[in-house]
Amino acid sequence: PAGDARDVTSAAMAAACGRALLAPLGARMRACPRAPLRSLTAAAPLYDVVVSGGGMVGSAMAAALGHDIHFHDKKIALLEAGPRKEYRLPESYSNRVSSISPGSATLLSSFGAWDHICSLRCKPFRRMQVWDACSEAIITFEKDDLDDMGYIVENDVVMSALTKQLDAVADRVEVFYGSRAVGYTWPLPSHSCDTSPWVQIELADGRRLQTKLLIGADGHNSVVRKEAEIQNIEHQYDQSAVVATLHLSEATDNNVAWQRFLPTGPIALLPLSDTASSLVWSTSHQHASKLLSMDKESFVDSINSAFWSNVNHSDFIDAAGAMFRSALSLLKPSGTAVRQLPPSVAEVDPESRAVFPLGMGHAAQYVRHRVALIGDAAHRVHPLAGQGVNLGFGDIACLAHHLSAAAFNGQDLGSLKHLLRFETERQRHNVSLIAAIDLLKRLYSTSLSPLVLLRTWGLQATNALPPIKEIIAAF
Amino acid sequence: MVGGGGTIRAFVRALSGRRAAAGGRGELSCCTGALLNRNGSVRLSPSSAPTDLNGSMVTTRRLLSTSQSSVDPKELRKFQLLAHSWWDEQGEYSALHSMNDIRVPFIRCGFEDGCFYGDTVLNMGSTYQRGSPLSGIKILDVGCGGGLLSEPLGRLGASVTGIDPLEENIRVADQHKSFDPVLAKRIQYKSSSLEEIVEESVEMFDVIVASEVVEHVADLEMFIKCCCQVLKPGGSLFVTTINKTQLSYILGIVVAEKIAGIVPEGAHDWEKFVPPEELEHLLEANGFSVKTVNGMLYNPLTESWSWIESTSINYALHAVKSGGQAQTSQTEPLSEMESEQCSATAGTSV
Repeated sequence: PAGDARDVTSAAMAAACGRALLAPLGARMRACPRAPLRSLTAAAPLYDVVVSGGGMVGSAMAAALGHDIHFHDKKIALLEAGPRKEYRLPESYSNRVSSISPGSATLLSSFGAWDHICSLRCKPFRRMQVWDACSEAIITFEKDDLDDMGYIVENDVVMSALTKQLDAVADRVEVFYGSRAVGYTWPLPSHSCDTSPWVQIELADGRRLQTKLLIGADGHNSVVRKEAEIQNIEHQYDQSAVVATLHLSEATDNNVAWQRFLPTGPIALLPLSDTASSLVWSTSHQHASKLLSMDKESFVDSINSAFWSNVNHSDFIDAAGAMFRSALSLLKPSGTAVRQLPPSVAEVDPESRAVFPLGMGHAAQYVRHRVALIGDAAHRVHPLAGQGVNLGFGDIACLAHHLSAAAFNGQDLGSLKHLLRFETERQRHNVSLIAAIDLLKRLYSTSLSPLVLLRTWGLQATNALPPIKEIIAAF
Repeated sequence: MVGGGGTIRAFVRALSGRRAAAGGRGELSCCTGALLNRNGSVRLSPSSAPTDLNGSMVTTRRLLSTSQSSVDPKELRKFQLLAHSWWDEQGEYSALHSMNDIRVPFIRCGFEDGCFYGDTVLNMGSTYQRGSPLSGIKILDVGCGGGLLSEPLGRLGASVTGIDPLEENIRVADQHKSFDPVLAKRIQYKSSSLEEIVEESVEMFDVIVASEVVEHVADLEMFIKCCCQVLKPGGSLFVTTINKTQLSYILGIVVAEKIAGIVPEGAHDWEKFVPPEELEHLLEANGFSVKTVNGMLYNPLTESWSWIESTSINYALHAVKSGGQAQTSQTEPLSEMESEQCSATAGTSV
């Protein structure tokens, strides 16, 4: 059942993407429902771009376009179902944090949001240590010049910075709070004189909008994607992620991100400050609810033991691992690393424990005539690689670049020509990464010796090869 | 249109300016290329000038574009069929849609010093900071067809007047722009020939765009003179057309007609293609100075255009009307005889 579904997932995903990429163009132009009569649409305001979904990715997309020089005379709308939140930086850390890659930081600074984030709260980290619970194998990542590898930022902080930058271009970007889109009407690819060529959007309160390009940034249960009848390959992992804000036993130079692969799932400790870290523990549903309900002391003990205990080691694996390591050190003396231990946890913030289910998804197509998907609407990954929101920011950088070029050439923004270029570029990047993450997740979900040995040696070998590590870190 | 036949056809469409059938069929002119269906019978593209197809070789000099009486109703019907294809990006005119990727930057760059319209459509090397590069510029799009080039120019801020002799094209263009309030205001279409607007538009335009047009014009010099009249001093003329070379013969005629068998033999009149040297000479003699000439190449596999060194096949040209210096070396309007000639011949352009 679930196991079989998982086994075919990566292969199916790759195959479907391949098929989708080869699918005749005609299939994309095939619109679903009816295009409305001209008379009905005359009154609805026409926007150049409407972004549906005001989360981190949707807001950043609207802000990126709003700050683009070639969009200075365009009308952009952002639809967000929730209310507008005024943000005041609280003392305690939020339990929902993201790891922001340097590439994403560059995007955010391109429209001035990164400065706000830095002035609020953000923690750079310089090293990443990833190791196995079933063996001694470890892999560490760090930049040669000791530059920041990434930043741990609370999601609320990112949202606050984005809202500020949206306010700065309020003359071009109109944000509709409390507005949920309930229906979309797609235009026919070659319209006749009585049907509108634009996408029609109906909001819950009955208001209507028209747009030349609809960008769906409405999360992994995207309504835009469903209404556009874009096929989505997805399945739910049998794991949930437990998040919490933790306080360390002693203040330390907390600039390392730690992740250990347990048989039940990876546990990660992400630095927030010298005395606090954020926990992301992906584990089975039963274990997750147990963790949520246990008392604070037991919870802290579970975390410490998860990082420190060697109960999953077997002599066979240890010996094989040690042998491989000495072989490697003959070939590449600098290639073996000493395993460091993460800081120990003293207590957990009250009220900060939460759990959310994990799943994986990938849309067969990212674009249609006058529609584009970005962020989780297009792809959803396991948090084990800390890539989720970075993939979304990467989508934004790519799409904004293509739309800006199209605007500079006076082109119709909803034209498939440049949307397809965006899709090809991003699918090439995303598909391999998503497949790799899925593969890693499954590889590390077992304690069967052959697979443990494989991943042990694989990890040790990868750790000894800087070129491969650079490629991985570049993602 | 997808598929091998489609791409070859697109390639041919891109190359062929207009087709003048030899052997008794009337001269057909169109700015996107006459499209010949698989049976080999001639389908006129919408912007063809009306001609008498009943055997007599009609010289274009006699015709005014708006004269309907010499138009064969059968051919008009074919225009109408094709008129709907203008805005189908994967349809008959996909090559023209792709051509926007290079001709719009070419025109836009005419207004910026040090701007390079680049080797890729994504080149953003321009130092131009304002968002509407063509704001305040008045452009005349001669032979606008369905408005494929007028709309991008309008989006970049220009006030565009698009003229085309065929009413059906104007109707399609008007209808397409009507849904976008910004474009509806910035672009005006008129079913007209160039000479018909000369009197009312003396020195009115900053820019004239004649894209895939001059290879159809019967009297090129007259056409250029008329352009000169409606351009402001110092105004720009942008032309894209096809060279008259062995290579354009091989690719446009041999490959398309004889090898691929899409175009019936003799349908192209390679004689009407215009070499850049001839065009430059005519322009320089009539009050223009040529600033840029650059070769263009269509890749039928990727369905995209690119700039190339060689002008052997397609090319683009930018000329500027000499400022302060009157056209045809006199400031009075053209003499009556010249005006009449201008009307008679320029009318068949596009």
